[in-house]
Amino acid sequence: MVGALFRRSLTYRALVQLGDVGILLWKTLRNLLKKPREHETFRQQLEEIGVRSMPVVSLTAAFGGLVFGFQTYIGFHRYIGAGSEAYGGPIITLGLAKELIPILVGLMISGRVGSSMAAEIGTMKITEQIDALHSLGANPVRYLVVPRMLAAFFMMPCLTLYGDIIGISAGYFYNIVLMGVNRVVYISYTTQYLELWDVITGLIKAAVFGVVIAIVGCWQGMETEGGAEGVGRATTRTVVISSIAILILNFFISKALPATLKQ
Amino acid sequence: MIRIINLQKAFGDNQVLRGVDLTVNTGETMVVIGQSGSGKSVLIKHIIGLLKPDLGEIWIDDTEVTKLDEDELQGFTKKFGFLFQGAALFDSMTVAENVAFGLERHTDYPREEIAGIVRESLARVGLHGVEHMMPFELSGGMKKRVGLARAIAYQPEIMLYDEPSTGLDPIRADAINDLINMLKRDMGVTSVVITHDMASSFKIADRIAMLYEGVILEVGTPDEIRNSRSPIVQQFIHGESQGPIKTW
Repeated sequence: MVGALFRRSLTYRALVQLGDVGILLWKTLRNLLKKPREHETFRQQLEEIGVRSMPVVSLTAAFGGLVFGFQTYIGFHRYIGAGSEAYGGPIITLGLAKELIPILVGLMISGRVGSSMAAEIGTMKITEQIDALHSLGANPVRYLVVPRMLAAFFMMPCLTLYGDIIGISAGYFYNIVLMGVNRVVYISYTTQYLELWDVITGLIKAAVFGVVIAIVGCWQGMETEGGAEGVGRATTRTVVISSIAILILNFFISKALPATLKQ
Repeated sequence: MIRIINLQKAFGDNQVLRGVDLTVNTGETMVVIGQSGSGKSVLIKHIIGLLKPDLGEIWIDDTEVTKLDEDELQGFTKKFGFLFQGAALFDSMTVAENVAFGLERHTDYPREEIAGIVRESLARVGLHGVEHMMPFELSGGMKKRVGLARAIAYQPEIMLYDEPSTGLDPIRADAINDLINMLKRDMGVTSVVITHDMASSFKIADRIAMLYEGVILEVGTPDEIRNSRSPIVQQFIHGESQGPIKTW
């Protein structure tokens, strides 16, 4: 009785789904080094995830940097006093590189790429193309999931680094060019307090987010059932699950990684 | 030879296969008939290892398919050609890339030779000059034929056909039947055909097996099935709504 009730509970279903994702991740890792390698799919995915996401990352990072620069300026100006705004440089740069840009890029890529992976693989599933892959001697995990996960793993840090440059430049632009903050103080404080490790922390997060987005997108695609409606459900669930996972993981990675490498 | 022994499969509470026993001899065309939703496709997908049974065994010659792991199964699929109900062409690839897909994985032929085999396989199913077309540019019948060309390109020993004539007009359906017979004659393949099209069944089958309520109800030559004393078989082959088979 209790067992039957538990099996119908949300917790049970969540645990089962977590198990399914874990199994897919394990299969993907097992197939990483096995041949044949799908170079063409990997190259296509690098282009899809990396190059084609640059416009949306540019916009997001630019406006993220602007608004963060604006709020930091307001904060210093209002609570510490006029002339103190230049000390906001390290806060803007650190906040963008460590937290805001990796999260914004992760959410954008989950919406743009994760959903497209789920839709593509989901359509293949309901039209029996995944069964056809198997019948023609191609392992669906090796053919579909491995290249997507690898491409997301490599391209997410690249996009985040690109977003860092744009976001930090936008924060600088708002403070120095628009608001006339002291440039020398702003730059010297930023370079004094910012470590390479801060940027690397953001890139590590981005690589993890890349794996999450690809695995969730592929998993939802492969679980698709029920025609066009099922594909729609898979894409929506991909965005919701990977976005939540990104926000939760971001906190735990931030806590797990050392704040600084300086002694 | 394909031997299916006490195959059982359930999806949740729905027990689809309840102990299927069936033997398909080498070079034989076995047609499995049954109502929609009777588990025919589930049965055929077990033969190639796309589904794992809850219980039972499937032997292909001396290999037990149900015991193979993922990697072993991948090499083993070389023995099979599979024509899917909706052809299942890869829609991001051209016709030529679709047909070459299995060849590239199962053989180490150079690119020129593969291109030649692709042309030859397409010609065998009556298609010429379609290599560069995309699947969405093809009609339903052409898709089926490209699917067939893809399945036969690497000369499999066993062909599995899932509803080969579904969705085709009677003339094209008959052309597919001729192709199935031609493949058997020319390549000597063992075939398992899943269908509920009785005209096709009688034209292509060496033997017919009827799947009913998760078990094989009767197996026999087309004549034996025609003259079956089972009211269930008679109702099915004559397509009558009144009889022991529940319509809804």
